Amino acid sequence: MIRVRNLVKTFSSSSGSFTAVNDVSFDVEEGEIFAFLGPNGAGKTTTIKMLTTLLKPTSGAIEMDGLNPQVQQNEARKRFGIVFQDPSLDGDLTAWENMDLHGVLYHVPSKIRRQRTEDLLKLFELWERRNDQVKKFSGGMKRRLEIARGFLHTPRILFLDEPTLGLDPQSRNQLWTIVKKVNEAERVTVFLTTHYMDEADRVAHRIGIIDHGKLVTQGTPREIKDQTGSETLEDAFLKLTGSTIRDESADPAAAMRQFAKMWSGGKR
Amino acid sequence: MSAIYILWLREVKRYLRSRAQIVASLGQPMLYLLVLGFGLGPVFRRAGNGNYLQFIAPGVIGMTVLFSSIFSGLGLLWDRQFGFLKETLVAPVPRIQIMIGRTMGGATVAVMQGILVTIICLIAGFRPAHFSTIPIALGFMILIALLFAALGVAIGSSLQDMQGFQLIMNFLVMPIYFLSGAMFPLNDAHNVLKYITRADPLSYGIDGLRNVFGSPNVAFDPRVDVMVLIVVGSILLVFGAYRFSKIEI
Repeated sequence: MIRVRNLVKTFSSSSGSFTAVNDVSFDVEEGEIFAFLGPNGAGKTTTIKMLTTLLKPTSGAIEMDGLNPQVQQNEARKRFGIVFQDPSLDGDLTAWENMDLHGVLYHVPSKIRRQRTEDLLKLFELWERRNDQVKKFSGGMKRRLEIARGFLHTPRILFLDEPTLGLDPQSRNQLWTIVKKVNEAERVTVFLTTHYMDEADRVAHRIGIIDHGKLVTQGTPREIKDQTGSETLEDAFLKLTGSTIRDESADPAAAMRQFAKMWSGGKR
Repeated sequence: MSAIYILWLREVKRYLRSRAQIVASLGQPMLYLLVLGFGLGPVFRRAGNGNYLQFIAPGVIGMTVLFSSIFSGLGLLWDRQFGFLKETLVAPVPRIQIMIGRTMGGATVAVMQGILVTIICLIAGFRPAHFSTIPIALGFMILIALLFAALGVAIGSSLQDMQGFQLIMNFLVMPIYFLSGAMFPLNDAHNVLKYITRADPLSYGIDGLRNVFGSPNVAFDPRVDVMVLIVVGSILLVFGAYRFSKIEI
């Protein structure tokens, strides 16, 4: 379903260049849940951005459901859904309107759009709040809505970039239960990143670990634990990537959120 | 086309739901209208230039449309920072449609603001020569709004974050307003200033409104106003679309 070969992304500026993704190759099979793990700044999000046409690779090849996303951009975009690391809902619109807007952008016929929106909002336990503005939702509800939205156009692949970040254990548990349910029911291929190793161990069929832009290993959770002689996936992860804390550069989006909170009384 | 419509509708809904924004955005035009209109009115009349309220009202309407449209374009920066832009950029829709939907939505909101300020001007005592010309004035508001919404999108597509916002305010938006002749008659201005104001597209928008409303001190032929707004607006729409097509997140 996803085939990546020798993928490279280098960012250049006047002060030099930085290779965020360095010669990465992997395959994800149809219907598989593939967890792409790595420390902060390892290259996970950059890889997702290249897979989802938001960034052009410096070199290498991507094939998604038989398509080249760089060449057949719109066709490829119809085949996948994505839940970004940062929220991407419109807080001023209601849950229903956010779903409807997504459905229109993805050319879902109106009758199917209405039915599927209803089904998904019920599945993700948001139906009762469908007419409420999203800015009134809790973090968990927003995340559920984003994932429901990602499934709306019946994608063949769903990208989840740290979807459970900041959620309480109950919300995380519920979210993964539903994702697994839809994965099994609709044979949707799921490509996810997370920092919670227990989640990856629980839901992923296979795992790839990236560090400093290079893929250091891939296999089933059992294979990775055996390969490193570890009891848990977290131990295996630390053995493969080291235990030194990684500092990411300041995230401009996070800085903006702080700024907006300061001036809008924390409404955003 | 449905993508353009849904993105247009989004902008309109967001505006109509934000009552605080509606009220706050009327504060500045009212201040200009009341303080300058009534404060400078006697001086303007003594100088033999007629009723200052009749002169400044089109300027205040133009200012409202300018600020509202350019900020709606710059709203792209918010959407970039708060994630919504990504949702539209990964959708299987040509970027030109996304840009047009946003621009038209921003322009519609700006025209709605312009209509509200026109009503306030009428309540304050402003009287157009003929009420039948108000639909033509609406046409000028639409041209001003589209032009500056496109400029806002072009700038919003070129900036990475809100840090450049203050710079844009101080060195682009405010000069566009002050050099447009919104507050002073262009005919009496110094020659150097006259040339500078002719390079400002808002000058033609406000002059067009003055022509339509029959206000004193018009500077150009109304046909020139329309032509300049259409030509510059088209160039900025093409430029905005080009800049928008180059966005990388």
